[in-house]
Amino acid sequence: MIQASGLRKQYGDTVALDGVDLHVREGEIFGVLGRSGAGKSTLLRCVNLLERPTAGTVTVAGQDLTALRSAELNRARQRIGMIHQHFALLSSRTVAGNVAFPLEVMGVPRRERERRVAELLDLVGLQGRGKDRPNQLSGGQKQRVGIARALAGNPSVLLSDEATSALDPATTQSILALLKRLNAELGLTILLITHEMNVVKSVCDSVAIMAGGRIEESGSITGLIRTPGSRLTREIFPLPAPAPPGSVTLTFTGDPRQPVVSEVVRKFDVDLSILGGSIEDLAGGSVGRLRVALEGDDTAAALDHLRGAGLLVEVEGS
Amino acid sequence: MTWDDILPLLWPATVETAVMVGWSTLLTALLGLPLGVALVVFDRGGLRPLPALKSALGFVVNVGRSLPFIVLMIAIIPFTRLVVGTTIGTAAFVVPLTVGAVPFFARLVETALREVGADVVQAAQAMGASRTAIVVKVLLPEALPGLVAGLTVTVVALVGYSAMAGTLGGGGLGDLAVRYGYQRFETLLMIVTVVLLLVIVQVLQSFGDRVARRLSHK
Repeated sequence: MIQASGLRKQYGDTVALDGVDLHVREGEIFGVLGRSGAGKSTLLRCVNLLERPTAGTVTVAGQDLTALRSAELNRARQRIGMIHQHFALLSSRTVAGNVAFPLEVMGVPRRERERRVAELLDLVGLQGRGKDRPNQLSGGQKQRVGIARALAGNPSVLLSDEATSALDPATTQSILALLKRLNAELGLTILLITHEMNVVKSVCDSVAIMAGGRIEESGSITGLIRTPGSRLTREIFPLPAPAPPGSVTLTFTGDPRQPVVSEVVRKFDVDLSILGGSIEDLAGGSVGRLRVALEGDDTAAALDHLRGAGLLVEVEGS
Repeated sequence: MTWDDILPLLWPATVETAVMVGWSTLLTALLGLPLGVALVVFDRGGLRPLPALKSALGFVVNVGRSLPFIVLMIAIIPFTRLVVGTTIGTAAFVVPLTVGAVPFFARLVETALREVGADVVQAAQAMGASRTAIVVKVLLPEALPGLVAGLTVTVVALVGYSAMAGTLGGGGLGDLAVRYGYQRFETLLMIVTVVLLLVIVQVLQSFGDRVARRLSHK
């Protein structure tokens, strides 16, 4: 749905994007995670060409945006929704007026506009608030207006620029739940950037980790969790560092109540001590990560058994 | 001089001042608004960056702003004659008043438009709004309280300028103060004129403040 290839962006001598490739599949929620200054905001703004990349191409819904002239680009942008960290609502307009703005830009007749605005406010849970002013709303409600506005043109893609970073944790969760619902109900593809791992954990199907203008790691969350040495896994499950030599890190997905570990202890007569670990709900399932020290005669066979049970087994210092 | 002498003088002078200020405010708003918009739109990093044009406009505005009004009035006499056919009388002074106030108002428009958040403008761009749509539907409505405040300051400045116009044959309250207060030492008339000007400015300012506040939803 979104394909970016070889994106570079330079401001003078500063390189903000240093050869970024991004592929977002239709219907998924893709998160770009990174600290401030990593280039994720520039990347997002290159997708709808708010920033024109120094080199590289951006294709959204099969259309090469970098090749478009300004009027055509404006039409293409009407099919790409965007929500913003500080909501970017017009204080001169009511809630309904804000949601109607993109429809006016698209030349939708007034009758149709009013019908669509009511529908959109309903969709984001703000029915009856159309006549309010944005300054009468809470942060979460403002972002709901932002989302309704972004959906006005029936976009196939929604870009989210740190949309929950200015919100408290509970409101963040409610906005994320709304995005998840829109993704499921409308088949909306969402590309979001965030510095909060929590956002990635709650809603993303895929993730790219950015630093210094490059993507360090990207893929589906379940895929990355199963990749040895993945940075995502390390960041989601912080384990005490450094790992003692010979210790084993186990990553398991699926039902956390499967008694794999006790099974191994009994079957291979090994001693197992837990050095650290946690379980997280990720990408629709539970994922656990456990660091253990194994002692016994047949630890190799025990590890093979764990591998056979579908666990990712990483042995330190081997 | 008694009240009976003063009142017949005061009324026509007030009307002349109102006419000068009224017309020049209207023309200033019509000319200064697009000029102020141009200063923002053509600026580096603006909606349509044309830095050379912006510098040229900025230079013209600065020239207009740096001349003391009394000098400007005299300097553009030929232009005034060209436009209205005469250089004395109330109508003639609408020209220098407008020429003097347009750069002033344009700078205030520029400042008000710059107050509009960059995020709001970018959000409109992301929605595919054209440059015209952004100016008409985003910049101007969002800056409206600031524009009203700017116009209020301009009107008050014009009241002051119009008094100077009085000294060169423009009529109005300034003319009255010079002819009777200064040349004939008519203290009572002078006091009345001062009070009247104070009241006019106070009324204009608080009216403008109230409108700006009513329009603001920040």
